[in-house]
Amino acid sequence: MSWTVICAKEDLLPGRGVAALAGPVQIAIFLTPSLSLYAVGNLDPASGACVLSRGILGTRAGTPVVASPMHKHAYDLATGRCLDDERLAVPVYPIRERDGLVEVGL
Amino acid sequence: MTRRLVVIGNGMVGQRMLDELLPGWAVTVLGAEPCRAYDRVRLSAYVDGATAAELSLAAGNDAEFVLGTRVTGIDRDLRMVHTDDGAAYGYDALVLATGARPFVPPVPGADLPGCFEYRTLADLDALRAYAAGKRTGAVIGGGLLGLEAAQALRSLGLTAQIVEYAPHLMPAQLDPAGGALLRRLVEDLGITVHTEVSVTAIRREWDPSCRDSDVRGPLIMEGPGIEVDVVVFAAGVRPRDELARQAGLAVAARGGIHVDALGRTADPAVYAIGDCAAIDGRAYGLIAPGYALAKAVAAQLNGTTPKPATVDTATKLKLLGVDVASFGVTSGPLDVVYSDPAHAVYAKLVLSDDARTLLGGVLVGDASAYPSLRAALGGPPPGKLAELLTTPADIPGSAQVCSCHAVTKDTVAEAVAAGCSDLAGLKACTKAGTGCGSCVPLLKTFLSSSSKALCEHFTQSRQELFDLVRVRRITTFSALVAAHGTGGGCDVCKPAVASILASLGNGHILDGEQAALQDTNDHFLANLQKDGSYSVVPRIPGGEITPDKLITIGEVARDFGLYTKITGGQRIDLFGARVEQLPLIWRRLVDAGFESGHAYGKALRTVKSCVGSTWCRYGVQDSVGLAVELELRYRGLRSPHKIKSAVSGCARECAEARGKDFGVIATENGWNLYLGGNGGFQPRHADLFLTDLSTADLVRYIDRFLMYYIRTADRLQRTSAWLEALDGGLEHLRAVIVDDELGLCAELDAAMAGHVASYADEWRAVLDDPAKLSRFVSFVNAPREPDPSIAFTVERGQPVPAGGPR
Ligand code: SRM
Ligand SMILES: Cc1cc2nc3c(=O)[nH]c(=O)nc-3n(C[C@H](O)[C@H](O)[C@H](O)COP(=O)(O)OP(=O)(O)OC[C@H]3O[C@@H](n4cnc5c(N)ncnc54)[C@H](O)[C@@H]3O)c2cc1C
Ligand code: SF4
Ligand code: FES
Repeated sequence: MSWTVICAKEDLLPGRGVAALAGPVQIAIFLTPSLSLYAVGNLDPASGACVLSRGILGTRAGTPVVASPMHKHAYDLATGRCLDDERLAVPVYPIRERDGLVEVGL
Repeated sequence: MTRRLVVIGNGMVGQRMLDELLPGWAVTVLGAEPCRAYDRVRLSAYVDGATAAELSLAAGNDAEFVLGTRVTGIDRDLRMVHTDDGAAYGYDALVLATGARPFVPPVPGADLPGCFEYRTLADLDALRAYAAGKRTGAVIGGGLLGLEAAQALRSLGLTAQIVEYAPHLMPAQLDPAGGALLRRLVEDLGITVHTEVSVTAIRREWDPSCRDSDVRGPLIMEGPGIEVDVVVFAAGVRPRDELARQAGLAVAARGGIHVDALGRTADPAVYAIGDCAAIDGRAYGLIAPGYALAKAVAAQLNGTTPKPATVDTATKLKLLGVDVASFGVTSGPLDVVYSDPAHAVYAKLVLSDDARTLLGGVLVGDASAYPSLRAALGGPPPGKLAELLTTPADIPGSAQVCSCHAVTKDTVAEAVAAGCSDLAGLKACTKAGTGCGSCVPLLKTFLSSSSKALCEHFTQSRQELFDLVRVRRITTFSALVAAHGTGGGCDVCKPAVASILASLGNGHILDGEQAALQDTNDHFLANLQKDGSYSVVPRIPGGEITPDKLITIGEVARDFGLYTKITGGQRIDLFGARVEQLPLIWRRLVDAGFESGHAYGKALRTVKSCVGSTWCRYGVQDSVGLAVELELRYRGLRSPHKIKSAVSGCARECAEARGKDFGVIATENGWNLYLGGNGGFQPRHADLFLTDLSTADLVRYIDRFLMYYIRTADRLQRTSAWLEALDGGLEHLRAVIVDDELGLCAELDAAMAGHVASYADEWRAVLDDPAKLSRFVSFVNAPREPDPSIAFTVERGQPVPAGGPR
């Protein structure tokens, strides 16, 4: 695994996501309202569209989730599992902040 | 003289005792932590974004709180306690509620920077600060707490490993087979589990190149032989009984101040409760026995009859997405085991040898049966064994549904019958569900299904939230959820609150924190399509458009390669725009005198019109003119659901006004107003409300109708459903907005005047604001790159999503 710099942390809006391109792979990067970082695949497996980064962040029973903007499937940000359809999941990527820069492990 | 009570420790249990205490004591609380009591059981939520204020348990207790102060000694002869700041406090009664401290195994290096405990908010602040920019972590201890800590490390962006001394995870709760399945599920998440090893030393390789004392190399853990940046100790807790020892009170062999089931020590003036106490020789480190002692001691101080504490060590948790539960004993005379490795489910029930009494059980992978099974503990199994393991069953009235607060099903049923209609009410009047929270799913099944709760974060209905926001002048979601909700919000409450804030006029929908609440359509001010592209629908008020503007739309569509279609709302929809193209398209439209329009958003859509008296030989009024006026008046008005309207120039009704939320039909003398129409899923013709109105009166009644709807409707309730559900129906509406029987009209009028005065083109506002504009890129790290997943083919001469209709 190697760390790839994506953007500055201040490019991120707390409570919202952005999409990043890592070669052919699209990654959705989120900054929670409490300023924790998460990275999951941007492809919403329920709809086949690359839109997860545009979903609403929230919690379900305390678990941080993103709700896909397409049909509202919620994905657990820590594990990538879909909480509404157990057959679905998205990849999870290591993510960290270093010197104000957000880095994803690929 | 008032009697003096001193409480040492303001943790969960000490606080609970204060909550139960009646007036009659002069109370002093001495607490070592700098803050009032907080919900330690939910400590991990702090890592995931809950704030200290959300976790706080501070209530309006009538006591003196001396915080950030440690008690250093108790003088039982003089009935005085001494604190580390040199003060002394006399008491008539003393309650020890000093809790427990994490057990840190005595290995060399356990105090190195990078090693952390997991017990207090301060521990987590320190861990979070240190973990920033680090990569790897390990947790010592594979029990409940260890799994929580592993989850926390992952939330902080670290990888996690677990080191457990016992042969399997959660040794205190699970049997070996359940532990093995849990291990598999945890390892599937990329967490390495080491069992049957103990850490013998922790050291850090001295790195001569690191001069800066802030730069810390990795820690090497001998035993499992791994190298990590951060180590968390979660290997159990030890009762803080040192004050009692010094004061000569008896402590149990394995720690904990000796008390009976009423929390009494050998000294009649001294009680001990919570994690620091050992009931009949045993310390539990769990909240339920602690609360039971708190209640018993408070009863004695109040002079009422105390109830001896009973102990329930049942546990349920969902950690790392895995359900685990255990209750009662985990092995016994008769085991019934159900194991399905394919679906990662393991369950075991322990029964008495005559199979008549349920003694305990273990559930891994699916714990939905837990609440009802636990409630049946000690009685007959509540149904057929095979069914019990997977589905919740009926439970007897005398069974405890909330063991933290010892609340029975009968008590809950009485509270519901007495009018507790939602979870918050039930929690307030029975305390059930306010401890570990594991009984909440079961409690919900007892509540009437007609609960108005918006979602798991708000027990209020949309209408109640609207009033709270309006009356308390709340302007942010975080302030609302902190004061009146729980948790971090979701895709139901965030957009609903965003809409309420917008209805009450709080600036641009992307201003400040509001940006994070919006649905993707509102966030990008356009309609999401199935391939991730967006559509743009320029506003065409009343459907009236000049040839030049028509040409502009054609040119924009051609230049950006957009699919073009006439809509059912008398507009032209342009499909297939990528995120980064949206501002460019708006710029072209704005320059030509358009604004983009709402085909998204819970707001006014269109006011359709027929051609009317200007051209039509039957027309009796200028329907186009009125439609344009109404659309411009109500555009941008945020509401519980979308609002549509239409104006027809005579009774032939070519604009289909009676299918709209508010429809207007011209008469010889003015306008007839119809309310509550709908097309869509459940068509409804609008009801005739008032006849032969002047334009000024018409507008006034529509203003009030809309504002009253916005204030009182449910989330996603169109005006038709709202009117159907309104007590008193049309007559009530008439009383409120025509006869002003509630005295609301002035407020409603003012609210609409405020909307009209503050309306601004929200698309143009984005173009004028570089910060907002900068978010319109497909990729944050490649702003000029188009999204390669959006591709088109050509159908009937126009671009359509590649891959065809799904
Ligand atoms: C574009 C259009 C179809 C068309 O090509 O003609 C359309 C398209 C959509 N309609 Fe519609 N509706 C369109 C006219 C209508 C009409 C007819 C009308 O307005 O005269 C109706 C029935 C009238 C009514 O609403 O009472 C209509 C009833 C619905 C409903 C059902 C509403 C209901 O109360 O049952 C939905 C679903 C919803 O809103 O929850 C819906 C939802 C949608 C959404 C927003 C679905 C979505 O979330 O993606 C579509 C988005 C289009 C886009 O991306 O631009 N659309 N939709 C029409 C846009 C009109 C406009 O210019 O604004
Ligand atoms: C992460 C985590 C998760 C948990 N999950 C669960 C769960 O799911 N279910 C469950 O039943 N239990 C759980 N627990 C355990 C539960 O939190 C405890 O049982 C409970 O907090 C005990 O309350 P207490 O008031 O006895 O002690 P505490 O909450 O520890 O409070 C004791 C207070 O006394 C103060 N104090 C100590 N000594 C002194 C002194 N000399 N002078 C002044 N003040 C002093 C301490 O600073 C502390 O503030 C969990 C604990 C943690 C850390
Ligand atoms: S509703 Fe009446 S005025 Fe309007 S177009 Fe139809 S016939 Fe003409
Ligand atoms: S069982 Fe813990 S809160 Fe009810």
